Amino acid sequence: MRFRFVAAEILHGFRRNLSMIGAVILVTFVSLSAVGAALMLQMQVDRLKGDWYGKVEVSIFLCPVDPVDIANCAGGAVTQDQKNAVRTRLESPEMAPYVAQVFEQDRESVLAEYYERYGEDYLPGQLTVDAFGPVLHVKLTEPVDETKFDVVTDTVSTMPGVLEAVDQSDLLGQLFDLVGKIRLAALAAAGVLALAAVLLITTTIRLSALSRQRETGIMRLVGASNLFIQLPFMLEGAVAALLGSVLAVATLWGGSQFLVAEWVETNFALLMGKVNPLDALAVAPWLVGAAVVLAGLSSALTLRRFTRV
Amino acid sequence: MIKFDNVTKIYARGARPALDEVSLEVPRGEFCFLVGASGSGKSTMLSIVLREEHITSGSAFVLGQDLSRMPQRRIPRFRRQIGSVFQDFRLLDRKTVFENVAFAMQVIGRPRHAIMRTVPDVLDLVGLAGKEKRTPHELSGGEQQRVAIARAVVNRPQILLADEPTGNLDPRTSEGIMAVLERVNQTGTTVVMATHDVGLVDQAQHRVVELVEGRVVRDEASGYYGGDV
Repeated sequence: MRFRFVAAEILHGFRRNLSMIGAVILVTFVSLSAVGAALMLQMQVDRLKGDWYGKVEVSIFLCPVDPVDIANCAGGAVTQDQKNAVRTRLESPEMAPYVAQVFEQDRESVLAEYYERYGEDYLPGQLTVDAFGPVLHVKLTEPVDETKFDVVTDTVSTMPGVLEAVDQSDLLGQLFDLVGKIRLAALAAAGVLALAAVLLITTTIRLSALSRQRETGIMRLVGASNLFIQLPFMLEGAVAALLGSVLAVATLWGGSQFLVAEWVETNFALLMGKVNPLDALAVAPWLVGAAVVLAGLSSALTLRRFTRV
Repeated sequence: MIKFDNVTKIYARGARPALDEVSLEVPRGEFCFLVGASGSGKSTMLSIVLREEHITSGSAFVLGQDLSRMPQRRIPRFRRQIGSVFQDFRLLDRKTVFENVAFAMQVIGRPRHAIMRTVPDVLDLVGLAGKEKRTPHELSGGEQQRVAIARAVVNRPQILLADEPTGNLDPRTSEGIMAVLERVNQTGTTVVMATHDVGLVDQAQHRVVELVEGRVVRDEASGYYGGDV
């Protein structure tokens, strides 16, 4: 009896307040979509971080024959002893947690790789093998993270015979910064929209309560409990917000499946890897939860004042 | 049943009291008229009994409960024992007669079979048998008030409060409503009725309590509207 009665009241409220309910659904939908997109972006980045860092290694360029204006290379080309010292340092027990493998590339092969990348015509005649020193490639232990790069480069960069120790993690760091900023912007927009959603739900509940003042007045008179009087209003807001969150999940899934995944795969496969549309389902509980919180907050704000005993 | 002891009610700070040290006792089963000019405190008195208003000082007991000490959460259950009727009927226009009466049972969670059994009996009591499916605007004023009375008594309250229930009705119709209230009173329900209706009061020969500016100036066991004739 009670359930049917409450359900009928909610349906009635929906019919009477159709445009407001529509607005609530749309605003929660857009706001939660933004939150969900930010969460999915974060998941994608977390997954890619491992991949990307795993592909990055530390390259230690040793001094070439040609003079360079670097203190470590004051003695000219790197000597066998200097090179051995660097290798020994990298392969020492205290570096074992960071360094997985060290392999050497001789300067002829460095030059060949250079030509391969830029073409034989690039600076013809000026580049000789003396412009390059050998390179030590250092593969880091799994799982790779940002701190490991710093440890390795800091350890060897001041040793004699080392021209430069570089890694591409800084570049990745900048990329992650950018992604982080995009995510922050999405979250800020979502926050503003969430505020709008709370205000809208509040207004909707208030309108609904006003238009049903006679009913609630009678309910109070005949001794209906507070919960019973307020439940239809609370559920009205909650159902609308939940519908919004369901729409948001569906949109995120559809969007990542049919728009983003294909686009990324054809354009940025290397950079972004594979986008998994099922991530939308992973963020779904959070979005639905957020919808419940939004509606609950709004109800608490409104009903306290409008349906007092 | 209802016991007021030096009850004072002041709505706004500094204003004249709406009720000024009123002491009054209404025993179980009584039919009691509250008479007096508009603003004399009749409605305030009924609001206090319903625990819609707090009293400023004194003590008020209704159905054995001290109103000034009743916690908020106990109010709904307390009100289920009190029925209310108003001058403006306060029916729900989109519901039928039957639904209007059933509403009072639905919202306190009475089971369906109880509603199906009780509502026809109560409609019979107020003389509306056969009009269950009408909506309020298809009824005369007197019939609407009968629906309101049916709704007020359907949960078998111990007290029925009526605030000028005949205020919008012509004298003949008012007599009909009065007869319904008498019938409700005969089932054992205490009835407190605030009214301006001289004819009804004089004819009924019930207790009359007269209020003037928030004070009880007359309390007669079997009185007339204007005092001794």
